[in-house]
Amino acid sequence: MNDRREWPLWEVFVRSRRGLNHVHVGSLHAPDAEMALRNARDVYTRRQEGVSLWVVPAAAITASSPDEKDAFFEPAGDKIYRHPTFYDVPDGVDHL
Amino acid sequence: MSRQPTRDYALALGDDALLMAQRLGEWIASAPQIEEDIALGNLALDQLGQARTLLSYAGSLSDPVRTEDDLAYLRDAADFRNVLLVERPWGAGADGGPDFGVAMARLLVLSTYQCRLYDGLCASTDATIAAIAAKAVKEVDYHRDHATRWVVRLGDGTDESHGRMQAALESEWPYVEELFDGSFVDPTLIDAGVAMHPSTLRPAVLGQVADVLSEATLLVPDDAPVAAGGRRGQHTDHLTELLADMQGLARTHPGVSW
Repeated sequence: MNDRREWPLWEVFVRSRRGLNHVHVGSLHAPDAEMALRNARDVYTRRQEGVSLWVVPAAAITASSPDEKDAFFEPAGDKIYRHPTFYDVPDGVDHL
Repeated sequence: MSRQPTRDYALALGDDALLMAQRLGEWIASAPQIEEDIALGNLALDQLGQARTLLSYAGSLSDPVRTEDDLAYLRDAADFRNVLLVERPWGAGADGGPDFGVAMARLLVLSTYQCRLYDGLCASTDATIAAIAAKAVKEVDYHRDHATRWVVRLGDGTDESHGRMQAALESEWPYVEELFDGSFVDPTLIDAGVAMHPSTLRPAVLGQVADVLSEATLLVPDDAPVAAGGRRGQHTDHLTELLADMQGLARTHPGVSW
């Protein structure tokens, strides 16, 4: 029983159609990468949700911390000049 | 050509799939992990889908015509034509519950056989059988892949998993040979290209299974085959018990829909 709990966690990414990005859909447990891919097929694509799957060891993901949210993301809030819509396009410029 | 031989052939293949589906369904909520619950549930539904098309076809060729439900729910054990391999329970694992090693051993053998069978039947001169086989072959190929990966991991795993996988294999092995007994297939079906003689599948199926067992560091068992008559309706008491469970609702409430 203990061994079962030690199966590592995997994050699952599904590409729903050609041309779209892989999108994170959830996670699952599996003993290794090959079984994780198959479990992902059975758990997350049984209703034709995808045409391609990635599995990534959850331990391999480095995530930003909620504590750092302000320092990470808030400074971008007032930099409206980073959006192309900030700039007026001069008359006579067709393609910018 | 009489419809009876084709009917009997579709019935036997359909019964194999139906009982495998029912047994696989027993794993839902009992597998080692919830992911495996779902995986085996998916495989069960694949087998059930194959059973439905095969039994519907068998029913359409019956006189009088029978529905898939008539054949699944209103026949007695002696009228079933499945091999004994698929009707038996999953054994008893170390915790007294069903034995996952037995499930993977049986799935490996059955799905490898079904792969070869359906692959051949894609070229059947019977258009319905060819169409059923063309859809099913992709499904059972995945079943074979699933079983193969588990057998390799358990066989080439720890000392305990190796020993239990070998024991599981030996418990199933006496029932393997019945898959290749073609005495139930009317020779006219073989001549007409409708059916495959099961014995022609034997070398490829056993060779492929042996390759998996070799990779899994397991030994091909030498247990002698049982004298099995499942194709003639001679079943174990396990089938009677399984049918009591599977058919109870339909028999208690005739014509019920759910």
